Parts: sequence; structure tokens; C-alpha cells
Amino acid sequence: MKELVSFVVNGDPVEVAVEAGTTLLECLREELALTGSKQGCDKGDCGACTVLLDGRAVLACITLTHAVAGREVTTIEGLAVAGRLHPLQEAFDTEGAAQCGFCTPGMIMSAAALVEQNVQPTREEVREALSGNLCRCTGYTKILDAVAKAAGELQAARGAPGTGRGR
Amino acid sequence: MSGERPAAARDDADLSVIGKRNRKVDGRRKVTGQALFTDDLQPARLLHGKILRSPHAHARILAIDTSRAAALPGVHAVITGRDLPVAYGIIPWTRDEYPLAIDKVLYVGDGVAAVAADDERIAEAALELIAVDYQVLPAVLSVEEALAHPETQVNTFAAKGNISKQVRLTFGDVEGGLAAAEELVEETWFHAGSTHAAIEPHCAIGDLDADGLLTVHSSTQVPHYLHRELSRVLERPLDRVRVVQPAVGGGFGGKSEPFDLEFAAAKLSCLTGRPVKILYTREEVFAAHRGRHPMLMTYQVGARRDGTLTAVRARIQIDGGAHSSFGLVTTYYSGQLLGAPYRLPAYEFDSTRVFTNKPSCGPKRGHGSVQPRFAFECALDMLAERLALDPFELRRRNVLGPDTRTVNEFRITSNGFLECLARAEQASGWKEKFRRLPFGRGVGVAGSTYISGTNYPIYPNEMPQSAVQLKLDRSGRVTVFAGVSDIGQGCDSMLAYIVAEELGVSLDAIRVVSADTDLTPVDLGAYSSRITFMAGNAALAACAGVKRQVQEALASLWGVAPGQVRLADGLATAPGEPPHTATIAEAFQAAEARFGTLGGVGSFKTRTDVHGSYRGGTIGASPAYSFSAHVAEVEVDGETGQVRVVKIWVAHDCGRALNPMLVEGQMEGSAAMGMGEALFEEQAYDEGGRHRGPSLLDYPLATTLDTPELESLIVESHDREGPYGAKEAGEGPLHPSIPAIANAIHDAVGVRLTRLPFHPPRVLAALEAARLAGRIWKGRR
Repeated sequence: MKELVSFVVNGDPVEVAVEAGTTLLECLREELALTGSKQGCDKGDCGACTVLLDGRAVLACITLTHAVAGREVTTIEGLAVAGRLHPLQEAFDTEGAAQCGFCTPGMIMSAAALVEQNVQPTREEVREALSGNLCRCTGYTKILDAVAKAAGELQAARGAPGTGRGR
Repeated sequence: MSGERPAAARDDADLSVIGKRNRKVDGRRKVTGQALFTDDLQPARLLHGKILRSPHAHARILAIDTSRAAALPGVHAVITGRDLPVAYGIIPWTRDEYPLAIDKVLYVGDGVAAVAADDERIAEAALELIAVDYQVLPAVLSVEEALAHPETQVNTFAAKGNISKQVRLTFGDVEGGLAAAEELVEETWFHAGSTHAAIEPHCAIGDLDADGLLTVHSSTQVPHYLHRELSRVLERPLDRVRVVQPAVGGGFGGKSEPFDLEFAAAKLSCLTGRPVKILYTREEVFAAHRGRHPMLMTYQVGARRDGTLTAVRARIQIDGGAHSSFGLVTTYYSGQLLGAPYRLPAYEFDSTRVFTNKPSCGPKRGHGSVQPRFAFECALDMLAERLALDPFELRRRNVLGPDTRTVNEFRITSNGFLECLARAEQASGWKEKFRRLPFGRGVGVAGSTYISGTNYPIYPNEMPQSAVQLKLDRSGRVTVFAGVSDIGQGCDSMLAYIVAEELGVSLDAIRVVSADTDLTPVDLGAYSSRITFMAGNAALAACAGVKRQVQEALASLWGVAPGQVRLADGLATAPGEPPHTATIAEAFQAAEARFGTLGGVGSFKTRTDVHGSYRGGTIGASPAYSFSAHVAEVEVDGETGQVRVVKIWVAHDCGRALNPMLVEGQMEGSAAMGMGEALFEEQAYDEGGRHRGPSLLDYPLATTLDTPELESLIVESHDREGPYGAKEAGEGPLHPSIPAIANAIHDAVGVRLTRLPFHPPRVLAALEAARLAGRIWKGRR
């Protein structure tokens, strides 16, 4: 039996009618047509479905829709503000961090959660934060470079010394 | 054009797009989630399909009862193998597969029936209601069993017993060469086999429309071959079938042939008149497999005391799994691709591929040659040790060089291997590290070569292997139509770079429409590292005529010679007082006014007269060869057997980096994938033929924490036939990873590991054996 669940997605309140077992990933992709979050394994192994739940990175494929009632979800579609790419998105693009692009949304969301909490992550901290997001294309090098670059830019934008840059 | 490329040799200083670190044309779509992959498409009235799979490795199907499934509310159609009775296969000579098994299932996971329903849950419930009566047969699960029990035939396509393909080729005097050897290495290596594990699972949507056009959207990397096989199997004319490839979330060879889901989705759509989507679960991706073949490889490598090779003999057993797949090619490649980068005075290989009751093996990045390269580069390291030569020096003494032929008669043109060696040696600090690091830490080197496209299409024909069409708009926009399959490697971008460079258009003014058999001219697909070389040359050819038209139109307006009109960076210019200048849009308008609608076509076909003509000599023949050399530095924990790769220096001769950022991406991704195969990955099965861990947790892909720093060292040998001198970068740089790591482990702890992957228990066992034999070396520390 379907039940109504209300929550906020990318700043917009939504109300969806879903079965009790419906995952947040199914809800986002099928009910809300937010297909940016990807299904790579459907069991929490790959990280391609990573979204932010109240600012923290979670795996949408093992989060039930009912569990996000009243909470705030941010997906890759909600990261750009007023058409301007988030520095992470910009850096992933210009540094060649997206090859096939399938892990990219989840990877960027994990990185977004990191830079939100840690404005000057070291390369090791970036590795740690992204260790749940599998990428089969890049060998991660350019992804780590992109996160470092974006962190540096965010840092500069906030007016603090840009020590998050570089390896 | 045929084999010769149009003139595009320009000075670097004159180039505004080529060689620059430009963004990818689809980059912004990918970082915003806007890029649409097959599973992101949700057409109206969509049905969801599921495939019922065999729990047995080998069984006869006595009966299938689908009546209860068909009666389930929400189910729209159910099919079995009898509904799709035409055999298919990627290689026209070995069509040995059916979309759904008809008489026999050949592996755990073989499809037997499919349903289309309102949603996935109903489809899954329907599968539960299908009753299959199996007669379980003895399963053949290893090469030894396959050869020992020819009477238990896995695949009835086999001419005899379980032999899928046998190739034995001899070049030069191997007996004499081995007899003349002053040092001989003889050893057996085993590559356990691995799978692609692209993060996007395979997905297909079949959609038959009211006009009788069957459209299949698929996460394929070979739309053209899929187009042909769909037409054959569905028994619909080619012009009533359309294949569209949306964004593909990684391929690596794992999506380079037709799969059951494409046929099943198409058939179910034909029966229901509605679009039907089938998305593999991760378990199904592991069962679909087509990954790296397990190979048992024995090499005899002879050399003189000065290190020059005298002869090489290889005997290779290949575990093919249930079907032929690309196996005919794999069997040739296992021997044919060893002919470079070293000069082999005499060479023989004897390769046998057998059928077993396991998911079919096929082409994985570095198809057929990654395994032999592992063995051979380890053999060279052993030779160097015995001859007391530095491993770099041994390799230098045997280099093949440019503009020559291999022992198996392949034409080698550009060859940057010596520079690859030099760059890797220098960047890694080899001389300070080799044999000088403390126990537990070591460095290793390995080299390799790879094809840049295959000289021949999979089915014999005289048509081009790749083509490009251009549409020039009055607005200054250029649309590039090409059949190429962008699977993340960036070939859409590659075409945009070339066209932007040639026509002087800014990158943002180029649109690439690719991989749609209705809209784009044929390209054979993303395999064999062929697209940059072939489609790149086709793009150059397509630009040549229309560029001349634009130049001529402006030249007559401006009163200058056509050759004086330069198209670059969105502007047309020519010398004058004052200099002539026009926007590209104005230039296109002038040309359209003079010549009518502007467009261009160009195609590429390989030369067929430059390689060896012996039987099988066409397999492995390429218009150009790439070269690589890696140094890996490792740390081995003598207590736990844990190997950690500290860093890999990746030197690769790609001919010319059309975009160094994308080339580095291929080099890093390749090296990392090779590292995963060396340390972690194994497509393994239990005694019942069941996959030991068909998940991305149990099949361990390297994470950010396992992957070392990777340093890309691009070498450019400027191939005279490649577009702007380019060759390939997508597969070659994987090869040296595994042997470089193996050789580094030897430098670190003095043991030679011959079986992949290098799991801690294997490392510990080797260390223990060495200790017992008193062979553990400490002298140098």
C-alpha cells in the first residue's frame, strides 16, 4: 500500500506516494525524474547514488524513502546555484575528472559533503572521504586533483588562505 | 581516402585546439547529472523486463512452463529461447549463442526466459512462476576437465570435444634459437581472469513503433554490430532497425558484443507494442562477463650472454567459458601481439582456447595480450637477473625500433619505446632505487606494445571502417555526425577538437551527434583502440573539402590566394592592408552563397598491403602501434603478505596527445585497472560453477585508498599516418602494470610470483618457500 511522504528536494518541498519498501533512489529516479543519481549496484557497494541528507552524504539505494520524511535531500541536480556550477562541478569538468560520468554525481556529492565540513582537506582526507565511491575509469588521480582545486577555490571565496590546494 | 591521411601536419605553434587541455564536450552534462544514460530514459508506457537465469552450470532443458507467469496480472508477455531461435555471435564464423537458451544451459546465469511487466517487482514475481524442468549434466569447470573429458561437450559448436580454437604459428628458427641460447628462462605463469565491472550495469530499451521501426537504445560500445545482429536475430530488415547508444557508463570491452537483454527487450517490445526496458542487476553483469580470459602460459625465452634474445616459445591454455565470443581473436592475440616492442629473432606460440561451463570470457581492455605480457615481462626480469644486467638495459638491448617489421611480419611505423623507457627510468629515480631499497620495498619495470585499431573489420567487407559527416550552419555552428561510441574515453570530444582545429570554429560551436545508426555514418565501435586513429582521420578527410570551399569563397572576396585564408579561433583572416578578417559565421555564409549548402564527408579504411600475408597474419595487424613502459614501486609486508603499490610511473607513446588531459586520464585509468588485476581481482567460481562473489564488495575494485599516485609521462612519436600524429592511449598503458608490480615485488622481497592475483596468502607462501630454501635475499640490504 502506498503512503504519502513529504520531504524537501533541492530546496523544493515534495510529496510522493510510495510503497513502504521504496528506496530513496527509486523515488528520486522514478517518481521525481531526478535521474542524476545513479544505480550501479543497488546494495550500497558503489556509491554512485550518493546524495546529501541534511548535508551528510548517504547512499540513496539503501535509504528508504520513508526515512527521509521531513528532511532535506540534495542531489547532483541541486548543486548548481542559479545555473552556476558548484566549484566541484567546475573542477571535475576542467580537470578531466569525469570520464564515463556514471560515478561522477555520487563522487561529487561525497566531495561536497567533505568540503562542507572540512574546508582544507589534505589529499589523504579526500581519499578517505571518497573511499566509498568506486570509479572504474580514472584511477582517481584527476578526481583527487579536482577536489583539491575546488576546495582551494571555495577556500579563496571564503576569504581564508587557500591551503587546500595541491597534493 | 584509403590508408593515406590528408595533410594535417602543422607546427605546434599554429594549433589552437589540438594539444591543449580542453574540457570535454559532454563534461558539463556529466558533472550536473544531465547526461542521459540508457536507464535514465523513461519513455511513456514503458514496461520492465526481467530474465530468468539458470541455477545450474550445465543442464538440459526438458520443459518450460510459462503459463502461470503469463497469467499474473501486470505481465504483458513471456518469451523463451524458442521465440528467438536464430544463433548469433560477434564473430561471423562463430555464431554459437542464442538470446535465451533453447536446449541446454551452459553456465550459472544463462538466460532461459524473459518477461515484460508493468514494473520490475511484478516482472520478478513472474520469474518465480516460470517452471523449468532441468536435467542436470556434468559441469566442466576447468581447462583440465575440458581437455580430459571431450565426451562431455560444453558447447556443441565445437568441432571436436571442448576445443574452441587452436592456433600454432612459428616464425624463424625457434629450435636453433633456443639451442644457441646461453641463458634460458623457462617458467609457467597463470592469469586468473578478471572482469570489467563498469559502474553502469548493462541496460537496453526495445521500442517497436507504429511504422514498424524497431529502435533499441543500449549501453553498447558497438552499435553497428548490434544493429546487424538485432536484424538477423529478430528477422527484421536492417533498415527497420535502429540502434542508439546513449551515454555509456564505462565499457572496457564488457559491452562490445550483443547481449541477451538487447534481443529480449526488442522481442518483448515487438510482442507488446510498448517500449520494454531491461536493466541488469549487478549479479547479471558478473554473469554476462566477457572479461579477461584465464590463461596458463609457459614460456621459454632464450638469450645470449649480452642479453640479446635468441628465441621465444610460448604454450598457452585459455579458459574461454561457455561461448566463442571474441575467442577466435583472443587466441590469435595471445600470441600475435608479443612481436613488439622487442626484436624476437625467432618466435613460436601454440595457443588453445577451450569451452567450460562458466560465463563466457571475451575482450577486456588490452584484449588477449595483457596475460602474455605479464608472463613475458617477468621472464625478461628473470633473464636480466641471471645475466646480471639492469632490467632497463636488457630491454634496451632488444628494442625493435621504428619503421621496421616484427618477426610475425607486422609493419611498425612510429615507435617511442626507447623514450618511454628513458622517461620512466628517470622519473622514478630507478638508478637510486633498484636493488638499493630496504627489504620490503622495491621497484620493477615492464614494457609493452598495443594495436591502434585492427586492420580489418569483424565481418569482411570493402567499406570504410569509420566515417564522419559534417553540417556547417550559417550561424557558424558545425554539427559532426559520427558513428563513434563514446564510453567515457572522450571520442566525441576528440572529433570536436579536430573539426574545431581544421575549420577554425570555437569548441562551443560544435555539436557532436554520435552512435545512432539512423543519424550517423558507420563506425565499427569502441574496441581495439581504433577510434582516434580511424574516426580522427575520417574527420580530417571530412573537413578538407569544405575548408577549401570556405577559403576559396573568402579568397575571391578579399582578392587573396585561398591558401592565405586562415581559419582559427572563430575567425577567418588573411594578410592585407589592413588585414582581412571575418567571423566564422560570416565566412560560412560567404561559402554557402558561393557553393550552396555546406557539408562534408570523410571516411577511413586501413591499408591492407603492408602486413604479413600468412594465415592469421591479419589478426593483430594494425595501422599503428603504441608503446608503454611502467615503473612500479611497491611495499611488501613480510609478516602479512600484503602488497601496497606506492606509485606507478606510466610512460606511454600515444603518437600525439590531441588532448594531454584525456590521454593522461586513459594512462592513469589503465595503470590503475592493471594494478587491481595484479593485487585484488579474480573472476572466480565455486565447485558448482557459481560466482564466488558477484558484487562490487566481494569482487574488490580498487578504491581511492588502494590506488597509488600515478604519474603520467606522455611520449609523442608523431605517427605519420595518425591524425595529427595520434595513435592510442586507452589500452596500451594497462599492460605493463601487472609485470611491473610483479618485478617490483621481486626487488622488494626476492620472490617471483607467477600466479595472479598477488593475494597475501600467495605472497606469504612464496616468502615461506624462499625461507625454507634459504633463498630469501638479504645480501644487498
